[in-house]
Amino acid sequence: MTAPTLTARPTRSKLFDGLTRYVPIGATIGLLAALYLGGVANYPNFDNPQVVAKLFIDNAPLLVVAVGMTFVILSGGIDLSVGSVMAFATMACAWLTVDAGVAAPLATVLVLAFGTAWGLLVGAVIHYFHVQPFIATLVGLFLFRGLTLQISATDVSMREIGFFQWGMTHVDFGEVRDGGFWLPYLSFVAFAVVAVAFVVLHYTRFGRGVYAVGGSETSALLMGLPVARTKIGVYAISGCCAALAGVLAAFATKSANPLANVGTELDAIAAVVIGGTLLTGGAGFVLGTVAGVMVWGMLNTLIAFQGNLSSWWARIVMGALLLAFILLQRVLARSGEKRRT
Amino acid sequence: MPDAAPVRMTGIVKDFTGVRALDGVDLALRPGEIHAVMGENGAGKSTLIKVLTGVHGHDAGEILLDGEPVRFSGPKAAQAAGISTVYQEVNLTENLSVAENLLAGREPRLGPFINFRAMRRRATELLDGIGVDLNVAAPLGAYSIAVQQLVAIARAVDIEAKVLILDEPTSSLDRDEVEVLLGVMRRLAADGTALVFISHFLDQVYAVADRMTVLRNGALVGEWATADLPQNALIGHMLGREAAALEQIERTAAAHHVADGEPLVEAVGLGRKGSIAPYDLTVRRGEVVGLAGLLGSGRTETARLIAGADRADSGSLRFAGRRVGGHNPRTAAARGIAFCPENRKTEGLVGDLTVAENMILAMQASRGWARSVPPARRDKLVAAFIDKLGIRPADPDMPVRNLSGGNQQKVLLARWMLVEPKLLILDEPTRGIDVGAKADIQRLVAELSADGMAVLFVSAELDEVTRLSDRIAVLRDRELIAVLEAEADLTSEHIVDTIVAGGREP
Repeated sequence: MTAPTLTARPTRSKLFDGLTRYVPIGATIGLLAALYLGGVANYPNFDNPQVVAKLFIDNAPLLVVAVGMTFVILSGGIDLSVGSVMAFATMACAWLTVDAGVAAPLATVLVLAFGTAWGLLVGAVIHYFHVQPFIATLVGLFLFRGLTLQISATDVSMREIGFFQWGMTHVDFGEVRDGGFWLPYLSFVAFAVVAVAFVVLHYTRFGRGVYAVGGSETSALLMGLPVARTKIGVYAISGCCAALAGVLAAFATKSANPLANVGTELDAIAAVVIGGTLLTGGAGFVLGTVAGVMVWGMLNTLIAFQGNLSSWWARIVMGALLLAFILLQRVLARSGEKRRT
Repeated sequence: MPDAAPVRMTGIVKDFTGVRALDGVDLALRPGEIHAVMGENGAGKSTLIKVLTGVHGHDAGEILLDGEPVRFSGPKAAQAAGISTVYQEVNLTENLSVAENLLAGREPRLGPFINFRAMRRRATELLDGIGVDLNVAAPLGAYSIAVQQLVAIARAVDIEAKVLILDEPTSSLDRDEVEVLLGVMRRLAADGTALVFISHFLDQVYAVADRMTVLRNGALVGEWATADLPQNALIGHMLGREAAALEQIERTAAAHHVADGEPLVEAVGLGRKGSIAPYDLTVRRGEVVGLAGLLGSGRTETARLIAGADRADSGSLRFAGRRVGGHNPRTAAARGIAFCPENRKTEGLVGDLTVAENMILAMQASRGWARSVPPARRDKLVAAFIDKLGIRPADPDMPVRNLSGGNQQKVLLARWMLVEPKLLILDEPTRGIDVGAKADIQRLVAELSADGMAVLFVSAELDEVTRLSDRIAVLRDRELIAVLEAEADLTSEHIVDTIVAGGREP
């Protein structure tokens, strides 16, 4: 006995579904363009390419943190410890090189390894003890801020260490005066992180596993996917990214401030969400996160060009945008549910 | 001659802290055969499947896989041995594409990277194998639940399943979708897979199953070839006859003279789309009306409309002579309707509160939060009910979750008796509780109705319904098909006959 072949077409058209999936990121890119064009129209010299390049200089550490956060949020978790881990990483670089006399490249490797190890630990706690990510990573937020202040309550300068001059070394793309721009090496580090994250998320089993776990953890488990490895892995990546961001900050400022990056975890979460990643996990793009970070940078740039506004306005606008984007996500999710039933 | 059955379970016993869920059950699965496991809720079907797939360990008996005794550590180990399960809920992720869901964890790769082209090709082949044609690059969530269910089956088949277990796969599908799924099942059987089919839709079971194993109360009733087991015999086996262990409840003479009592509940054409077809039902004061039918026949749904737990979208309801509008649980309670839902743990009791606190909840709610029940009065009432219902342990300060099922049910009953309702709706009050507590609860229902309370009684056990009820409403396929008067000679066989005849030409 043979059954007839069932041909089913998606209940939503492929084109429409594609559009739904890209609406949040489309909105982000539209917003970014609007901000940029608004700046060009209102301020002289805003059209200089260096204005855009500067986004990736000032926000390179944030971009790296946000990429790590993208992994965690895609898997359905959250990581509140990244700001403190980042400050701790910068301070640890300073302490290892200035006070302990460890060679700077070795110190960098140690710091990255430490960030990764912390992520592994926190991931294991979350997975094996079923602790909510919010709580488990809150531990890191307090712990590392305290440890950072314990190492030094004041700024530590790393100006004397030759290695830390590397990060701000320029690559010039024409003269700034003639419409060219320059980028430092640390921006390229951030770009490399984005590229690797993109490939891992979209083209490896681990990356697809992150989406599957974020879509439904029970289903992923019943499908026989390595849920433990995936969940612990995303926190390790986030920890490693946070430590790397701390190293980039050391490159950028050549000093360690114990109170640096307070609230960076929230900026990163905001950038990820504005970049179109669902806070519930399972949907989003790492390139969206890049756009989210650029929106944040562009707001700050606009305020700098305006000159008479407090820098807090960037946060106020960011708050409003975040609300708008979360509501947009809800509306899209709800219309999706409606179409299906 | 070698054993033709790749999987043979014999004498399986499974205990859950004092309750015997399975008692000496046998199950043999043969290649190319669709084997239905039948039984009412709580008969042990799910437990049997969970033992087979390693979710639960068994306490006695053995599982033979190709003649070798095995014991799986979990679903993953069972899967590795060729036993796959497709559950009622689709356990796939909607955000990934069809192809990714089919091959997650086993994607074809080029070096460390997924080869999407090869993956789509493989996925298309797999779906082709079960006769389904989809756009495998589209997200799974873009397809209906039925198609998702088929994808889950295709995934299970790809794991070289020797045995495929389908646990209620059709409960959320419409008729055409069911046909496709049954077709896929036949196709897989023809390819030599042994299938286990669990469904409470008898028509579907009769359409595909070659063989049936019937369970009742955790015990094996028997195994039959489908052709040898007519539908009414199957229903008889599933519902069974309660052993004489229960004491006969002596109905007081008064309770039988209620035919002239004034109607308390009059439902005319009351119904709800997709839940229960419009029905007429009258409950008089002092009368026990039983709702009988198979699982999924609409027993609970009928009761929920009267209780105000669901909103009716047709018909009218009169209560105590007055038309009821805007019916919801809150107004229902105010009118004197008490509803003990089926799932006492999630819908009734608050596990961490004590016996006394749970009992007093409804009474407190009816008084409003500002007027608390005086402690002395509360203690007296609680003590009286613990004594009257025989709640053990007789400790008002014990958290309810530490009590046995029967005693929890008694606490729930006490809660509603405290507010002295006019109508008491009991949905499966005796399910999963021991015989002694069952008898207590049945006796209590008889007493309450003798005192003039109207009772609407839902139970899967026909003997219980016939023993307690003055009238019995029989349901089948979400439709009320008959209301039988309880005469002295009314037996559960009559109800079975009514159920069987109900769906066919008389």
